[in-house]
Amino acid sequence: MALRDTKGRPLVAVTGMGVVTSLGQGKDDTWAALTAGQSGIHRIERFPTEGLRTTIAGTIDSVDVEPFCAPMLSERLAMLAAEEAVGQSGLASSDFPGALFIAVPPVEMEWPQREALAKASGQEGDVTYKDLLKAAASGEFKSWHDLFIFGTVADRVADRFGTRGSPISLSTACSSGATAIQLGVEAIRRGETDAALCIGTDGSVNPESLIRFSLLSALSTQNENPEGASKPFSKNRDGFVMGEGGAALVLENAESARARGAKILGYVLGCGEKGDGFHRTRSSPDGMPAITAIREALADAGLAPDNIDYINAHGTSTPENDKMEAMSCTAVFGERMASVPISSNKSMIGHTLTAAGAVEAVMSLMTIGTGRIAPTINYQVPDPAIPLDVVPNVARDASVSYVLSNSFGFGGQNTCLVFGAEPKGA
Amino acid sequence: MRDVVITGVGLVSSAGEGLEAHLTALAGGAPNTDATSFEPFPVHPAVTLEWDRQIPKKSDQRQMEPWQKLGCYAAGLALDAAGAKEDAALKSRMQLIVSAGGGERDYAVDGQILTGLRKADNPGVFLNERLMGDLRPTLFLAQLSNLLAGNISIVHGVTGASRTFMGEESSGVDAIRIARERIASGQDDIFLVGGSYNAERPDVLLIYEMGGFLWKKPYASVWERSAEGGMILGSGGCFLVLESREHAAARGAKPLAVIAGVASDRSRRKPGSVEGALHGLSQQLGAKPDLVLSGATGIKGITDEEQAALKDIAPGAAVHATGDLVGHTMEAQAPIGVALAAGLIAGGKAGEVLVTSIGHWRGEGAIRLTKA
Repeated sequence: MALRDTKGRPLVAVTGMGVVTSLGQGKDDTWAALTAGQSGIHRIERFPTEGLRTTIAGTIDSVDVEPFCAPMLSERLAMLAAEEAVGQSGLASSDFPGALFIAVPPVEMEWPQREALAKASGQEGDVTYKDLLKAAASGEFKSWHDLFIFGTVADRVADRFGTRGSPISLSTACSSGATAIQLGVEAIRRGETDAALCIGTDGSVNPESLIRFSLLSALSTQNENPEGASKPFSKNRDGFVMGEGGAALVLENAESARARGAKILGYVLGCGEKGDGFHRTRSSPDGMPAITAIREALADAGLAPDNIDYINAHGTSTPENDKMEAMSCTAVFGERMASVPISSNKSMIGHTLTAAGAVEAVMSLMTIGTGRIAPTINYQVPDPAIPLDVVPNVARDASVSYVLSNSFGFGGQNTCLVFGAEPKGA
Repeated sequence: MRDVVITGVGLVSSAGEGLEAHLTALAGGAPNTDATSFEPFPVHPAVTLEWDRQIPKKSDQRQMEPWQKLGCYAAGLALDAAGAKEDAALKSRMQLIVSAGGGERDYAVDGQILTGLRKADNPGVFLNERLMGDLRPTLFLAQLSNLLAGNISIVHGVTGASRTFMGEESSGVDAIRIARERIASGQDDIFLVGGSYNAERPDVLLIYEMGGFLWKKPYASVWERSAEGGMILGSGGCFLVLESREHAAARGAKPLAVIAGVASDRSRRKPGSVEGALHGLSQQLGAKPDLVLSGATGIKGITDEEQAALKDIAPGAAVHATGDLVGHTMEAQAPIGVALAAGLIAGGKAGEVLVTSIGHWRGEGAIRLTKA
């Protein structure tokens, strides 16, 4: 059998997956918790929350890094996920035969470092950047240059796994994880590489990141019951809950994967994307960019809407996203949409931001592999404007061959992926 | 594989606005340097731009910080130059890859918070209260790396889809590499690719000063800073319209040059690795340039290694350093080198150009351009 897709391109297989979220380390633990309807959202203990409108998140508190900051935690989460994924694939663990595509949160120096520089400057009056620059000249803070530039997480992951070529660090905001996978798929289809390590990682729950989202009124403020705050598709949803996570997928040219006898966990059959120039944080009212991204992903996969058995939703729990996502899916799937299961992992792990597309890709493939759909928890008050089968509160067994995974982000980013147990017609 | 041509260039920097201004500046004269605003660090400041000309709505201008405005402005110039600005249908299927860092801080707020934190009874709570009260909500959108792309989509209607690459100098090379591969392989027809950088920012100076990478004396050429070495950062933005030769011909767009190849890698830096990497990249590209546009930073060691490698790779070729024209523009450096190369080739000043990009800390890249 020729391992090409319907367009004659190399078929892209997934041969390794790894994930770490607030629900656990490893895909099996995370999947068990997700299908048990368990929430990983809790009160933030990492920093004081007095004075904040939102005091909950899906932080990963079991992982220690030093110095504690977003790039270090993001790097560690990426490493953990990639160790699991590369380990499962059976490929060389320090001589990975392909490229690295990694979605990383935009990094910058954080408050503890600014404070250390201010202190080292000896300035006792009003502190300005002149003082910080003076302290920087001492050379005492040299390692922080490497720590806080944008290419470092990728560089360290590339070093650890021995990936080939120039690693790509990328951001498409909340669809970044999906874009990392898309870049890997494209490189394999072009024949540039037979393998790609695609990662999404985000460990950026710190006071300033949280406050920035809070000031945009994007976060849930229902702090009293943290586990109940993320309520995708519910009428009383009031924003997303920040989460942390890392996920990695080993993608391979299916032909070379088969040739080396690798176990194929599923296929990335299609990728679709479409930009939106309507607004920085809101999507076009007609939903056309999201609709186009879904249609492009289906077309790229050579599938019709009727082939899709389950949608892994972006489902952030913001009033805007869930309404627009439901509308866009309905536009593509028509009347059938009322009976297509669509659920949001974010109801349990929160919005893992840069990592979300990759985390949810792993969960989409776990759905295919286990024949079980993780629920949308906290679904107590249905939104009459969203009459969908959101797999409310309890996991469900189902035979799932094809999954659509949606990712949408600030800045007009819309990226959709289609995963399958087998290619269509194979 | 399809040929990939450049049909539009948009460029702004300390050397002026537009490709012609830059080619004129490249022909001679001292670069535009500001030695006082950030003393002891010289920077190459962006020229004053009439933002309205490319970003017509004041409301859009207000949503952006300078790095985004520079990029958005340059993107508009590139679309104009490629004859694409008024073609809404073309722009709605045009793909976008941006190489970007991020930023920017509110320096006054940071200073006030740092001053207050010193005496605060409960520093964590103080920080929360001040950030909640003092941060402008929209500043976040001016900081997010992918929001340069977002602003280009909004202001110019380029809405195929956008991807933002990060990772300092390498991101500029890889943005061009991936766009070229997608066009050459037939996946897409037309791209807007580029990046921008604002050097007039104490927070970026801080990062590079911590690492000991900044030149703190009056301007000197990147090739003549070898005693201690260091880079002078420059503000600027550059976007390129890339498309397949057939696509350009079909819409009557005139190619400036062909992007014959893009190569990038990541050597584990040690003495000799940059020289070796450049030899490897140039071989991979089959480069025989009669002109080189070097992205050299002026940092000791790696700049000398590049100079040595170029003597072998391009004996007799004229070597221009982009840094001596506009300063080091980080993510925008490779796009600016390519823009200048395209202009020189289109003007008959060169037949084949090699653009180099040796990152100040990591990442090596090279781009080969030939006549259209």
